Amino acid sequence: MTTVRLETDENRIAHLILDRPNASSNVMDPAFGEDLAGCLDALEAGPDLAGVIVRSEKKSFMAGGDLDLLRRVDDDNAATVLGLLNSLKRSFRRLELLHKPVVACLTGTALGGGFELALACTHRIVLDDPRIRVGLPEVTLGLLPGAGGVSRMVRLLGLEAAMPLLTEGKQLAPDAAEQQGLVHERAATTEALYEQAKAYIRANPEVCAPWDRKGFKLPGGLPNQPRLAPLLSVAPAMIKQKTHGCYPAPVAVLAAAVEGASLDIEAAGRIENRYFMPLAKGPVAKSLISTLFFQKNAIDGGWNRPTAEAEPIRRVGVLGAGMMGAGIAWACASKGIPVVLLDVSREKAEHGKAHSEKLVARRVGQGRWTEAQGNDVLDSIKPTSDYTDLKDCDLVIEAVFEDRSLKAEVTRAAEAAIGTESLIASNTSTLPITSLATAVSDPARFVGLHFFSPVEKMPLVEIIRGEHSSDVSLARAYDLVKRIGKTPIVVDDGRGFFTSRVFSTYTYEGLAMLAEGVPAAEIENAAWLAGLPVGPLAVMDEVSLGLLEHVRAQTRADLEAAGQTAPEHPGDAVLDRMLALKRLGRAKGAGFYDYPAEGPKRLWPGLAQEFGASVTAPLQDLKDRLLAVQALESVRILDESVLNSVAEANIGSIFGLGFPAWTGGVLQYINQYGLDAFVERATDLARRYGDRFQPPASLVERARNHQTYQDKDTRA
Amino acid sequence: MTPDALIYDAIRTPRGRGKPGGALHEIKPIQLVAGLMQRLVERNPMETSAVDDVVLGCVSAIGDQGGDIAKIASLYAGWDTDIAGVTLNRFCASGAEAVNLAAMKVRSGWEDLVVAGGFESMSRVPILSDGGPWALDPETNDRTGFVPQGVGADLIATLAGFDREAVDAFAVASHRKAAAAWDRGGFDQSVVPVVDSNGEAVLARDETVRADCSMAGLSGLKPSFAAMGASGFDDVVRSRYPEVERVEHVHHAGNSSGLADGAALLLVGNETQAKRWGWTPRGRVVSTAVVGSEPTIMLTGPAPAATKALKRAGLSARDIDLWEVNEAFASVVMRFQRELDVDPDRVNVNGGAIAMGHPLGATGAMLIGTVLDELAARNQRYGLVAMCVGGGMGIATIVERLGD
Repeated sequence: MTTVRLETDENRIAHLILDRPNASSNVMDPAFGEDLAGCLDALEAGPDLAGVIVRSEKKSFMAGGDLDLLRRVDDDNAATVLGLLNSLKRSFRRLELLHKPVVACLTGTALGGGFELALACTHRIVLDDPRIRVGLPEVTLGLLPGAGGVSRMVRLLGLEAAMPLLTEGKQLAPDAAEQQGLVHERAATTEALYEQAKAYIRANPEVCAPWDRKGFKLPGGLPNQPRLAPLLSVAPAMIKQKTHGCYPAPVAVLAAAVEGASLDIEAAGRIENRYFMPLAKGPVAKSLISTLFFQKNAIDGGWNRPTAEAEPIRRVGVLGAGMMGAGIAWACASKGIPVVLLDVSREKAEHGKAHSEKLVARRVGQGRWTEAQGNDVLDSIKPTSDYTDLKDCDLVIEAVFEDRSLKAEVTRAAEAAIGTESLIASNTSTLPITSLATAVSDPARFVGLHFFSPVEKMPLVEIIRGEHSSDVSLARAYDLVKRIGKTPIVVDDGRGFFTSRVFSTYTYEGLAMLAEGVPAAEIENAAWLAGLPVGPLAVMDEVSLGLLEHVRAQTRADLEAAGQTAPEHPGDAVLDRMLALKRLGRAKGAGFYDYPAEGPKRLWPGLAQEFGASVTAPLQDLKDRLLAVQALESVRILDESVLNSVAEANIGSIFGLGFPAWTGGVLQYINQYGLDAFVERATDLARRYGDRFQPPASLVERARNHQTYQDKDTRA
Repeated sequence: MTPDALIYDAIRTPRGRGKPGGALHEIKPIQLVAGLMQRLVERNPMETSAVDDVVLGCVSAIGDQGGDIAKIASLYAGWDTDIAGVTLNRFCASGAEAVNLAAMKVRSGWEDLVVAGGFESMSRVPILSDGGPWALDPETNDRTGFVPQGVGADLIATLAGFDREAVDAFAVASHRKAAAAWDRGGFDQSVVPVVDSNGEAVLARDETVRADCSMAGLSGLKPSFAAMGASGFDDVVRSRYPEVERVEHVHHAGNSSGLADGAALLLVGNETQAKRWGWTPRGRVVSTAVVGSEPTIMLTGPAPAATKALKRAGLSARDIDLWEVNEAFASVVMRFQRELDVDPDRVNVNGGAIAMGHPLGATGAMLIGTVLDELAARNQRYGLVAMCVGGGMGIATIVERLGD
């Protein structure tokens, strides 16, 4: 049993065949390292060869490094990992120094370690299949290409061209890969690919890597070229603009690229190692790998799908053609699902469809779609004000204003028009699904489908299980979400479910900070520095303070109706004052920010007079509060079983709320912080800023038992 | 007893526009220095073998400026081969540092006579062309929070609330003061015209001073550092200055120091030199100071450096008659005035680098000469020279005018 085997064909071409036993894909793990070294022994000792073909027996060429190993790197096994890196580097170098034509036959995706292997071949041919990707995406998981990928990419393309590919971890389709010089040829079919490989071998009996040729000059020049100075001096700042300083990998990969560029390739490889190991040992890569690889893969593979046979949704009705309804219509229609878009007037419905027209025009304009494709999509959206047009819809998604009676009214009208097997969903972001389900005759067929705004950009959909929602209904909704290319999480019912509830802790924390007299700019910058995409004040302006007030009022009314009192929050007073000042947000031209006709928005100077701006809060406190308040609320939601898994909490927070990915998500953030340390920190924050930071008992218990937040069966 | 560090002479070239096409572009940097060396001996007759060391500041010491010009220039100038020479780099303070170091050499008693100064031909060796990890090594750049000086200057203006009008007004005043100083002969004592080997005049006056500089003229200039800021440097600032919503980019070519070519030399020695050569000391170095300061804003070092030098000298700001604060950017001097509560009418009375340019390695030495001249013209006593310095540093030199 070997992960790589060597065969020689009738043309004296050796085939290095990547074929990991009992696995669907090839992985660059210690076994591969050993097997590859064995193959190199044989190649070097063997008979005179015409050349070497490197190919895979799997669908993909090679997926990349052994991420399960790479997220467990610590001081104890660091030597093993370094040994693996060095072993791979040595083997790749030996392959390169055969001075024979060596062709990487990329019949499938080659990423990370797989593409590093390809870069050590003298020639790369990729199958021209638009689903194939090549590149070095290590940086997106907090790492860098440590098996020679940095050194070879720089030597192949030069610093200027290699920099964005390395620091952003871009994955390229075959055409772009050829255009950028990452591969030499494309092939129309697998057979053609091997023919092209053989032809190359025949034509190039003696060949070596460009960087092993005498007189090799780095494309674009060495980093000490004055021409490169402007780029080099700004590159770390450009990275900071994207990473907010929260992700160490992009600067590390840049540094390895630049420092290695002036050295010989072996020394450059050692530089890679020196930047690789701190990343691998550090917390960010571990969190990114756990959440964005293992947990995301689990969810992409349907791990959280309710187990029930379910008929696919073939036609969707959308009630309400406002911003959300129009977005949902686009999301479905653009993925080939016909939509009936209904509003009170045909005119309003048409207006909702215009959103799709705009998006179609953009795609056609960019050359991504043909006119015909665009027209098909637009033809599949039927704007109407007539409920009977819904009759063939097997799913109706209600997306009207957050008002119970309005929702009940349109839902009932829709139910009367559709078949008895059809599913009804509400796109409410806060109202408990079970209560909305009372409007319909069969609450088993009623679920929550919470899309995020703007729908065409936001990848998450939160599916809410009402008290009576059936597994079949949930499974149908789940399958639809997958089919329109979005990531589903499934949560139980409760006010605000998971995402809206956590989101509101974030916005209210911003309000509380203002109430304390923290200068507004510091609040917004603290959020940015914590890695959050939009500050709490800016985001409230976007969603509008009117909506915040509406949700608060509805919550109070509902709770009072249930004989409970709504909890008070130190941020309430700020919201009240802003409402009184009629500064309701961007849509009204004034909120926490001013929106001048010319130039960028600016924080409203009046905030300092209204709420004070004299408090010098430790920056670390502000950053920690904005993250911890969301993490703690997530723990409570998990305690209440509204959340059913750690993976969904993490993925939902990153893809739905913009919780910073460096943390690995709301619960992984606690793991990364260290459970004991987090409990201590939360207790400290509670003492100084309020009880909302008091760590729940379950968290204290977990810390005591050293039980991090993990699901049992995601491998994460 | 500790010997005094006496300044026997201070001369400089006029400053040329520091770009190809500038008047001094065709003069080699070594010629700028050697020309002043020859003039120094003419003005202060001596045997050059009496000089222990030549200490020169230069920021971009490569190419035409590379290879320890301080030594090579003294050979080129035909000075005695016994003299040593060292070229040093403290970024924009290199010229001031050279004088301060010369003063320390003399005050230590280990050397008797030192020629100190600096030079820079920015038209030939552009700023940053000597590379260096601070900007160009990504790991160092990231770890130190590198931003270009101009973004730091804009941050100073943002924090202090200096708006575009205020910094422009400062710049107009610099030109006006420099033009007036030239017109009344305020620089005649020290400026040595550059002539070529045929004796033809190359440049006799600072090339970039514009008496007609106006607010209206400056108002059309676009901010120089807005694009740099937007490309990411403003975000580096944000991580260090979270209280700043956004950096206001108010500096441009008209209210920042100009690129320039030029050189300056001072003759620094102990008291015995006066007797030996029949010289009269023009001034005394009272104290010197260098400090480090926060590197991202970078340019806030002048005030703490000045404070340190004052303390060392046992003086207070009120004792200082004239201030020369390098006009790297308008906001740097404006902040300094505010921090030390200094009367603006006593700061840069003859204009500064905004009008005349900032030949990096030379400027500090030029400012020490300028303040000595003006103290003499006004019959005043103490002058303080302060400069902001790359990497987050500040430097100060306090001089006392001697003679009548």
